[in-house]
Amino acid sequence: MDRTPQCPLDLPVELRELAERSPVSRVRIWDGSTAWLITGYAEARAVLTDPRASSDQRLPGYTFAAPQAKAFHTRNRSMPTVDDPEHAYLRRMVTADFSHRKAEALRPVFQRTVDELVDAMLAAGNTADLFADLAVPMSSKAICEVLGVHHSEGERFAALGRIMAVPGSPDAVHSRVVEDMRALLGSLVRQARTEPGDGVIGHLVRAGELPDEEIIATALLVMAAGHGATAHMTTLGTMALLTHPDQLALVRDSRDPAFIANAVEELLRYLSVAHLGRRRVAKEDLEVAGVLIRKGEGIIVATDTANHDPRAFDGDPDALDLHRDARHHLAFGFGVHQCLGQQLSRVLLQVVYGTLYRRIPTLELAIPVDQISYKLDLAIYGVNELPVKW
Amino acid sequence: MRIHLDRDKCIGSGQCVLAAPEWFDQDEDGIAVVLVESVPEKEWDEVNRAAYTCPALAISLGSE
Ligand code: HEM
Repeated sequence: MDRTPQCPLDLPVELRELAERSPVSRVRIWDGSTAWLITGYAEARAVLTDPRASSDQRLPGYTFAAPQAKAFHTRNRSMPTVDDPEHAYLRRMVTADFSHRKAEALRPVFQRTVDELVDAMLAAGNTADLFADLAVPMSSKAICEVLGVHHSEGERFAALGRIMAVPGSPDAVHSRVVEDMRALLGSLVRQARTEPGDGVIGHLVRAGELPDEEIIATALLVMAAGHGATAHMTTLGTMALLTHPDQLALVRDSRDPAFIANAVEELLRYLSVAHLGRRRVAKEDLEVAGVLIRKGEGIIVATDTANHDPRAFDGDPDALDLHRDARHHLAFGFGVHQCLGQQLSRVLLQVVYGTLYRRIPTLELAIPVDQISYKLDLAIYGVNELPVKW
Repeated sequence: MRIHLDRDKCIGSGQCVLAAPEWFDQDEDGIAVVLVESVPEKEWDEVNRAAYTCPALAISLGSE
């Protein structure tokens, strides 16, 4: 659904109208089929924690967000696309690497990465593309750390990651890049078989339970799920702050880690970059807010709209308010599929928001807001570039 | 108030540790553990939030 060009960060009007009428609606989607759209906060939580609402993409009735998603996920069967107990088995293999403590341990590494990228921006002049010059290389570096990709391979990894993260890469190019990435990860897994390092790949190899193919699929998933999302949160978050100068000043002038952490939660809620809804299909009949959803019917849980539900958030949920208590937002989803990389993303975003505006206090957009171009059809909402100056 | 944690349900999101770090931690596998089961009334808010934000509904709160 389209957003209003003048208000690119607001919810699409159509979604808002549906949400105002009812927390559960029937909608027609891109491929002509119909699905249930869940827009209320309480209803979204109920569906996402209901084991009858399946994530299994092979089941008839599952609604894909876009043709690309269908192509990618039917080829790559992994954690987000299977139900428990298979899901729990795959997830438990990697939870150790995504704990709160592991994420905090990476904070100094992320700080150094962001500082170096900001140094390079400052050294290069007084303009930059915040997406390509900061957000993407920062996310690549972070994912390399988590997976345990050696510095020697880091460049190739980053180059492929860059293309994977750029919204709107044509489908053909995209699937070739995915295949190249798969090949690169394959060689990393084979290296790890002789010399397992730290990070997800090394740990999975040491655990000795999964065949190479599955380890590659897991690494590819972490890349696909994490790289673009953190890059776009960084860029779009900056755009949101640059267009709300009073809020930007709060972040820039704060030395309080608790405030920065709260600001990250509010930006996650406000932007809800995973904007195409959590996709599910009813495995059995279930009832939501008095509506009967029958076995085999598709469900789209609009977590972005739920994150703007006035019954769940104080004040005006359409406003960006960095003092708001937004910690119960659904930007990382809810239920057993809630984001695996959330602790990592939080630390990374706290570091980048807490550093960028402090180090470049005169940062501003280099083009008018209405000239920024967006990608609406990818799983993650983002901009193609964000020209800034200082 | 008493904390009951169903570790089999835990998905390692870490939400409980963020919400109530004095009551919850994650073990080496990233799975939640309860540090202290019995919660005095003045701390109920934090622990309630941990239960509310647990995506796996693995935390339930009972009376002492
Ligand atoms: C701010 C950045 C991020 C956002 C907004 C985000 C959002 C999400 C959302 C909404 C889901 C739920 C999907 C569903 O329920 O269908 C999810 C799942 C997932 N995310 Fe993230 N994500 C982010 C960063 C990351 C990072 C950095 C990683 C890895 C390093 C990651 C890895 C995953 C994985 C593996 C899943 C699937 C978990 C499962 O099915 O159990 N994400 N993410």
